[in-house]
Amino acid sequence: MTDATDQHGEAPRVVADAPELARSLARMAHQILEANRGADDLVLLGIPTRGVQLARRLADLIAEIEGRPVRLGVLDITMYRDDLRANPTRRVGRTSIPGRIDDSIVVLVDDVLYSGRTIAAAIDALRDLGRPRAVRLAVLVDRGHRELPIAADHVGRSMQTAADERVQVLLAELDGRDEVTISRPGRS
Amino acid sequence: MRHLLSAADLSFAEATSILDVAVEMQQVQSRPVKKLPALRGRTVVNIFFEDSTRTRTSFEIAGKWLSADTINVSAKGSSVSKGESLRDTMMTLDAMGVDAFVIRHSSSGAAAQVASWVKAQVINAGDGQHEHPTQALLDAYAMRQHFRRLATVPEPQAPIPEPDEGSTTPEPGEGSTTPGSRTTIPEPDEGSTTPRSRTTIPQPQATIPEPDEGSQAADKNDFTGKKIAIVGDLLHSRVVRSNVLLQRTLGGQVTLVAPPTLLPTGVETWGCPVTGDFDAALADADIVMMLRVQRERMAGGFFPTEREYAESYGLTEARLAALKPGAAICHPGPMNRGVEISSAAADAANSLVLEQVAAGVAVRMSVLYHLLGSDEGALK
Repeated sequence: MTDATDQHGEAPRVVADAPELARSLARMAHQILEANRGADDLVLLGIPTRGVQLARRLADLIAEIEGRPVRLGVLDITMYRDDLRANPTRRVGRTSIPGRIDDSIVVLVDDVLYSGRTIAAAIDALRDLGRPRAVRLAVLVDRGHRELPIAADHVGRSMQTAADERVQVLLAELDGRDEVTISRPGRS
Repeated sequence: MRHLLSAADLSFAEATSILDVAVEMQQVQSRPVKKLPALRGRTVVNIFFEDSTRTRTSFEIAGKWLSADTINVSAKGSSVSKGESLRDTMMTLDAMGVDAFVIRHSSSGAAAQVASWVKAQVINAGDGQHEHPTQALLDAYAMRQHFRRLATVPEPQAPIPEPDEGSTTPEPGEGSTTPGSRTTIPEPDEGSTTPRSRTTIPQPQATIPEPDEGSQAADKNDFTGKKIAIVGDLLHSRVVRSNVLLQRTLGGQVTLVAPPTLLPTGVETWGCPVTGDFDAALADADIVMMLRVQRERMAGGFFPTEREYAESYGLTEARLAALKPGAAICHPGPMNRGVEISSAAADAANSLVLEQVAAGVAVRMSVLYHLLGSDEGALK
């Protein structure tokens, strides 16, 4: 997955490197705080896989700015996917919610916003967990091509992409380096 | 995996995946809304030709929590009592467009027979004295939780925030040992049961809890080298065969303990040691699984008196005291206190009996999810 080249396609081109990614996240952390007037009612929920790491980084940044920790959790959406039946059985991941989310402001965190189906599933999943006062969406990359009426509140980077391109967010925790790449898998 | 008829149907990967997903399913039990949409639109018929409360109820709850439509058919008062054959009953229900049958029947092999007739998927919830695969799975689940607790106890996860900048999160479900960091993802079991008012900002508790207890052992097999003694009425038990078969896959070492009169024929071909000496088997067992003396299936003559049975094959207080440290007790229930298990043992701190019951729903949810969750069927 993290290979430098696809077998048939062109080499992935780097569209954001580590410092750029860090700046985007820092800006997002500030925006989240500003939009919600502080971190008191905030709950950051990362959507696996890479949303979890990004949510953690945002939480760390927010904690640094505010001087106290922000609530952080993981929202696994496997069981809520609309394509569950059409695919081989998927492993179910862990959902962990920090206390109650009722009346809090939940910020969903994901790496790439594409069709919007993941987020739709996440909203369904949230509804079974409680009733937040508001739900916001923070994504590192918005690549367009929405299939549902969903928009992000906090975006690290918007980019124009073709539907057949592949946008990948690499994170040091999982991939050894911070990077956003675009590649076009060859039609073999 | 189309049907679950025998514990032997499960590969190592499938069995492990069922146990892993069950851990996540158990979380749902502590949620305000106990519902997942995974099996929406699926119809599961629980058809029980034999009495059962816990198995039928847990299957029903499992199906409902996954949003399947579950229907219970009890043989009493159905057309079965009017003389309809099993085949006709099942074919009739199948024709209604059922997606899966959960079947219990007093005849060994009934579930497999039904599976050969119907289009629906079939889960064996007990066929005579033959098999009860989901019971073996939930036994394995309770045992695994116990082993993982043991494995994590010695290394205290000190909740000390480390000044370390390089905070990393363990991949949920995959798990890796990670140094603490400032921000916390709470252990769901604790987090979700402790209601926290929205004004309370969590104290800087600041550990990264493991995704689940001891899942750093994820790639290592939890059952390798573990000794499991299954004791008692092996002859009438469907639980024992499923457990032996499942442990053959999972890697536990099963020893069977029973008086000669309660050994099933062909037990020597099962590939595990058989003994009449409970005390010897007890000495090095990690798990002692007591089986119910099935009085209703005994016309008599299997052993002289219940008291004598308890003396030789019961988990008495004396034997409870003789268990090796860290050993735990299982019983598939219902228990005959004072016969195969003393009250002291049933209620002991190292008894997993209630944990087994609690795991029943989660494990069956996981089984239903694995069987019905995808049209593609295959795992992964």
